[in-house]
Amino acid sequence: MSVDLVVFIGLALVAILSALGMLFSRNAIYSALYLIFNFSTVAVFYLLLTAPFIALAQITVYAGAIMVLFLFVIMLLGAEQTGRTPPTWWMQPLALSLAGILILEALYIIFTHRTSFPALRAAVGDLGNPLQIGELLFSNYLLAFEAIALLLLVAVIGAIFLSRHQRVR
Amino acid sequence: MVPIYYYVALPAVLFTLGALGVLIRRNAIIIFMSVELMLNAANLAFVAFARLHGGLSGQIFVFFVMAVAAAEVAVGLALIVKIFETKHSIDIDQLNMMKG
Repeated sequence: MSVDLVVFIGLALVAILSALGMLFSRNAIYSALYLIFNFSTVAVFYLLLTAPFIALAQITVYAGAIMVLFLFVIMLLGAEQTGRTPPTWWMQPLALSLAGILILEALYIIFTHRTSFPALRAAVGDLGNPLQIGELLFSNYLLAFEAIALLLLVAVIGAIFLSRHQRVR
Repeated sequence: MVPIYYYVALPAVLFTLGALGVLIRRNAIIIFMSVELMLNAANLAFVAFARLHGGLSGQIFVFFVMAVAAAEVAVGLALIVKIFETKHSIDIDQLNMMKG
C-alpha cells in the first residue's frame, strides 16, 4: 500500500463524494459549491498525472469562471429551492439502480482487464509544461486553435444577442 | 506509482454519476452542472491516457474541450435566463410548449 495509492484513493473518494453531494443536494447553491470542490479535486489529479498547465487551466476556467457564472445565474433566478419529487414514483429508484449497475459493470470490466494496460513509465522531464503545450498548439493543432477562437467569438455574440432587452412597442 | 487503470476507472464512475444527474434532477441548472461533470470525467480520461503514452495530444484535446465547455456554458446559461423570463420556472417538466 504505497503512499501514491493512499493519496489516490483518498482523493478519489473526495471526488466521488462531492459529485454525489452535487447530485443529491436540495439547494442549487450547495450543488454548485460541491461541484467546485469536485473540480478542484480533478485539478489535483491532473497534477498527479504531470499535467500542470491543464491543472491550473482547470482551476482558472472551470472552477473560477464557469462555476462563478453558474452561481451568478442561480442567484439571479432565485433557483435555490426546487422541488425534488419526481412526477412518477418509479423514475428515481430505476435511474439509481441502473446507474449502480453501470458503475459496477464498468469497474468489473476495467479491473478484470487491468493486465491489458501497459505499465506507466517515469515521466519525461518537464511533461505538460506550458512551453511544450504552446509549441504543439501553434504548430500541429493550429487549425483547431483558430477554430476554437472562432467558436468563442460566436459564443460571445450569441450570449450578448440572447440577453438583450426587447423594446416594448 | 498508481497503475493507469485506476485513472480510467475513476472517470468512468464520475461520468456515470453525471449521466445519473441528467436523468434524475428536474432543475435545468443542476442538469447543466451534471453535463459539466461528464465533460470533466472525459477530460480526466484524456489526461490519463496522455500520461500513459508520454505525449501531449491528450492534454491539447483537454484544452480544447475546456474552451468548448466554456462557450457552451455561456450560451446555455443565457438560454436558461431567457426561458426563465417567459416561463418563470426552470423546472424542465414545465418546458413542454413544443409538445405535439
